[in-house]
Amino acid sequence: MPRWDRVKASFFDGELLADSFPRLLDAFVLDVMIFVWTTPFILITAMLIAIARNTRAPSLFPVRIFAIAYTDIMRGVPVILWIYLIGFGVPGIGLERPWNSPLLWGSVALGLTYSAYVAEVFRAGIEGVHESQRAAARSLGLSSAQTMRHVIIPQAIRKVLPPLMNDMVSLQKDVALVSLIGPIEILRQAGIDKAKFANFTPFVGAALIFLSITIPLTRFTDYLLSRERERTGGSRVR
Amino acid sequence: MKLRFDAVSKSFGDNHVLREISIDIAAGEVVTFIGASGSGKSTLLRCVNLLETIDAGSIALDGDVITKVGVDPNPVRRRVGMVFQSYNLFPHMSVARNVTLALTEVLGIDSVEAMDRARTLLERFGLLDKIDRYPDQLSGGQQQRVAIARAMALNPEVLLLDEITSALDPELVGEVLDVVRELKGSGITMLFATHEMSFAEEISDRVCYLDSGLIAEMGPPHQIFTEPANERTQQFLSRVLKGQRRD
Repeated sequence: MPRWDRVKASFFDGELLADSFPRLLDAFVLDVMIFVWTTPFILITAMLIAIARNTRAPSLFPVRIFAIAYTDIMRGVPVILWIYLIGFGVPGIGLERPWNSPLLWGSVALGLTYSAYVAEVFRAGIEGVHESQRAAARSLGLSSAQTMRHVIIPQAIRKVLPPLMNDMVSLQKDVALVSLIGPIEILRQAGIDKAKFANFTPFVGAALIFLSITIPLTRFTDYLLSRERERTGGSRVR
Repeated sequence: MKLRFDAVSKSFGDNHVLREISIDIAAGEVVTFIGASGSGKSTLLRCVNLLETIDAGSIALDGDVITKVGVDPNPVRRRVGMVFQSYNLFPHMSVARNVTLALTEVLGIDSVEAMDRARTLLERFGLLDKIDRYPDQLSGGQQQRVAIARAMALNPEVLLLDEITSALDPELVGEVLDVVRELKGSGITMLFATHEMSFAEEISDRVCYLDSGLIAEMGPPHQIFTEPANERTQQFLSRVLKGQRRD
């Protein structure tokens, strides 16, 4: 590799990494915060949409149509476009501070799009619970709402934890897209440092910081799943 | 009359599963439904706790028609318990919670008292040591006994048993039938769809042979099993009993 020295110098500069690392970490706090406040929003909205889509009463037909239209529209447009449209568009109608913050509306855009993806994950989980479970719950006199809450949704969530985690890891990374409408989070900070030093090492630093969060998150889910299997499962086939 | 079926009909598309079925069942009576797969046994049972809606006719519980449009199914289901062929226990809940769920959520009983009731029921069915287990950790026979305990928790007046031994290994059938035998002694009204002919003969007050959605023959068990009047009953029984002897 004749050019390795040049790659090494512009991507793996140890001194520069040490220099930019604290700034990157500082900026990463904003990523974590966006992640932390969008996640509950996404989980709740997504579950409501999934439930809306699984309603059966003929009178709730408009609710189902809304849920379908929502997921189709939000998933059909790139995330970054929603961030531009909502992040610049909503403050553009003349909101006062602090309600005109691109950070706020960028987060909302991220939350609304991810809700559509996660709603589909939940829906798959709900539909994956066998109809006989519903029959058993209803035969005991549970209402359809009680059946959902106690019998269907708890099983659905267990079924979809791995794909759900997949979306959460993906969200953790897509938080960086909010930087494109202003807020200085890690990706933007890395860009600033890259420009200042004319060196790509800050991006490698940012990548390392992302990995330090996403990998433990994935391993933790695996652990939760295997613990659940141990607790409720029978003997396992080798 | 505890339960009255009056010209009950039900079809799935072109398939007429029940054709004008009429039966009166007295309180405390045990009526067994036999017949080939697809003869309508399960559907008939599912209609009683309104898991299926009937197309014509009516079903009355203690004189009240429960199949009218606008009847709230939930109070009816509290009075009619059901046990399924494939147990249908809730796999994410312990045995205890499977039994107490309807007590706390449907009847609003506090969890301590619900737990007491669950313990009493599970002890009665020989499952007290399994109270903290999860369904997947139990044998089929144990699971089905838990399912019976779950159905009995609400103290139903009518119990529907839908081929409850069909998914079990032969050596596990006995323990489940013992529970049913015990229940008969308690005076509950039971509708029992089964392929266990000798048990049907032992436990039933009446046996009803269903053939393509019609009651081909109904009467006391010894009459049905020893001198069936209908030719189709004879054919069905000789076919089934030959199979069961081979076991």
